[in-house]
Amino acid sequence: MLTYIRRRLLLAVPVVLGVSVVVFSIVHLLPGDPVLAILSGANATAEQEAELRAQLRLEEPLTVQYLRFLGRALRGDLGRSIFSRRPVAEEIGEQLPSTLQLAGTAILIAAALGLALGVVAAVRRDTWVDRLAMLIALGGVSMPSFWLGLLLIVVFSLQLGWFPATGHGGVSRLILPAATIGLNYSAVIARLVRSSLLEVLGNGYIATARAKGLAEWLVVLKHALGNALIPVTTIIGVQLGNLLAGTIVVETVFSRQGMGRLAVTAVLDKDYPLIQGVVLVSALGYVLVNLLVDLSYSALDPRIRHREAEDR
Amino acid sequence: MLARVLRRRKAALVGLVVLGLIGAVAFLAPWLAPYDPIRVDPAAALSRPGGEHPLGTDQYGRDILSRVMVGARLSLLTGLGAVAIALGAGLVLGLLSGVLGGWTDLLFMRLVDIMLAFPSILMALVVVAVLGQGTANVMVAVGVSLVPTFVRLVRGDVLTVKENVYVEAARALGCGAGRLAWRHVLPNVVAPVIVLSTVAIAWSIILGASLSFLGLGPRPPIPEWGIDLSNGRSYLLRAWWISSVPGVCIILTVVAVNLVGDALRDELDPRLRALANL
Repeated sequence: MLTYIRRRLLLAVPVVLGVSVVVFSIVHLLPGDPVLAILSGANATAEQEAELRAQLRLEEPLTVQYLRFLGRALRGDLGRSIFSRRPVAEEIGEQLPSTLQLAGTAILIAAALGLALGVVAAVRRDTWVDRLAMLIALGGVSMPSFWLGLLLIVVFSLQLGWFPATGHGGVSRLILPAATIGLNYSAVIARLVRSSLLEVLGNGYIATARAKGLAEWLVVLKHALGNALIPVTTIIGVQLGNLLAGTIVVETVFSRQGMGRLAVTAVLDKDYPLIQGVVLVSALGYVLVNLLVDLSYSALDPRIRHREAEDR
Repeated sequence: MLARVLRRRKAALVGLVVLGLIGAVAFLAPWLAPYDPIRVDPAAALSRPGGEHPLGTDQYGRDILSRVMVGARLSLLTGLGAVAIALGAGLVLGLLSGVLGGWTDLLFMRLVDIMLAFPSILMALVVVAVLGQGTANVMVAVGVSLVPTFVRLVRGDVLTVKENVYVEAARALGCGAGRLAWRHVLPNVVAPVIVLSTVAIAWSIILGASLSFLGLGPRPPIPEWGIDLSNGRSYLLRAWWISSVPGVCIILTVVAVNLVGDALRDELDPRLRALANL
């Protein structure tokens, strides 16, 4: 297990470095002078331009510039936002908790709903219950989150008045955005739980469990679900990373603060230092989440450790 | 083969018919649309559906029906164009990686790992940040975000196909890497690629509309489902039709594509279930 963890960590290093190269290149891929491109969104003063030019030192070779960028990033210095003139790291630090809270609540909703829907569909296979559950799931997969979010706003805040439509702070403002993301992702999980469970239910040991007279729900919950959940865990893991991305749209719909909103405004304002910071932090978060999922996954299922060891 | 799938799967048939209709309307939109989709008519602003404007008008008096008809072109184009980009890059890089192996494979796979570190919408944001906003750039952005998924799938399948005896035989007969990839390996990895492409079209339409919704796509007054949906946000109660019509259009299209995709997946390659999650 330790060697597995060590190898998995080592594999993540080139990815992290690659991510930093991509983020570094964003500014240099822009046409023309990077300093002018960076300042293009704002009415920058000559002073600001000179300051940025001194900071970036574009006359040096790219590798040196990159290494300095990396060094500063490692110390937590991501530069200053062009608009607010505040350190990018500070802006991100302010927005991150709100997004994590949203993503965490959303994944709980998605997992609970997806599991329930998937299990019910698999157990009542080929009945109307199954068809209804899968129809709901198909709708969930096909529903753009911004449209779902608006519908929830119309029903639950404008018509029923249960929750505030937009804004930030408190549980009441968390529920609708989290439900929007959660409903979307629960559809994916439900489809996967169903097919995975059906596959496991075809195994011989399930027939044995049934033959010894166990109640069907016990067979499903005790014998089948555990094994069926293994592929589902990976998907939930992958979704955790995607949730960070899902928040981009939903935070805008609900005018909530957070990383996603920050990313969108940064791109709209062409605030490149801020774009770089947000992209760097989000991508690293995604890599970290995937790493943790992989590790926990291999702890759950020893077969994976061995399979990977053989691959080498 | 498609005929067989459709006979057995009514849902897929429904999906295909709906898609055909949407495609035909999109194609013929300039002739079918009753009004100029960007003509402003303040006197008719916020008209209810029915009468002169079958699906009503928005706050500028623009005809919603005409706008969604013309808007269908952009949404379908984004979906197909993005997948074409991802498919082209995915096939070339995946085949090269799988057939050549060695350092090429190692290099490409590390690049794919790095690209996968960016969730697709974040990757699309990065591309828009570099290229700027606009219709074509959204298509490229969505396409690029899909590339790693395609490369991985193609490469994985190439590795399996490569183990077959007929590939070895072809190589023993002196077949070069290019011919080997094109004539012997490619035809055997087509099925899963078709399935992934279908799922990816649905996803691209949603992602493209999301970017437009965020204001990162084509600029108003261009008719586009995501833009129009966003446009009606402040009128959800007073004029529900402004947002609802494009919203329903997106869902209808995506459900139709998914119905076809699900059937293809079950028929061609049940193993690909996990791709529903892209």
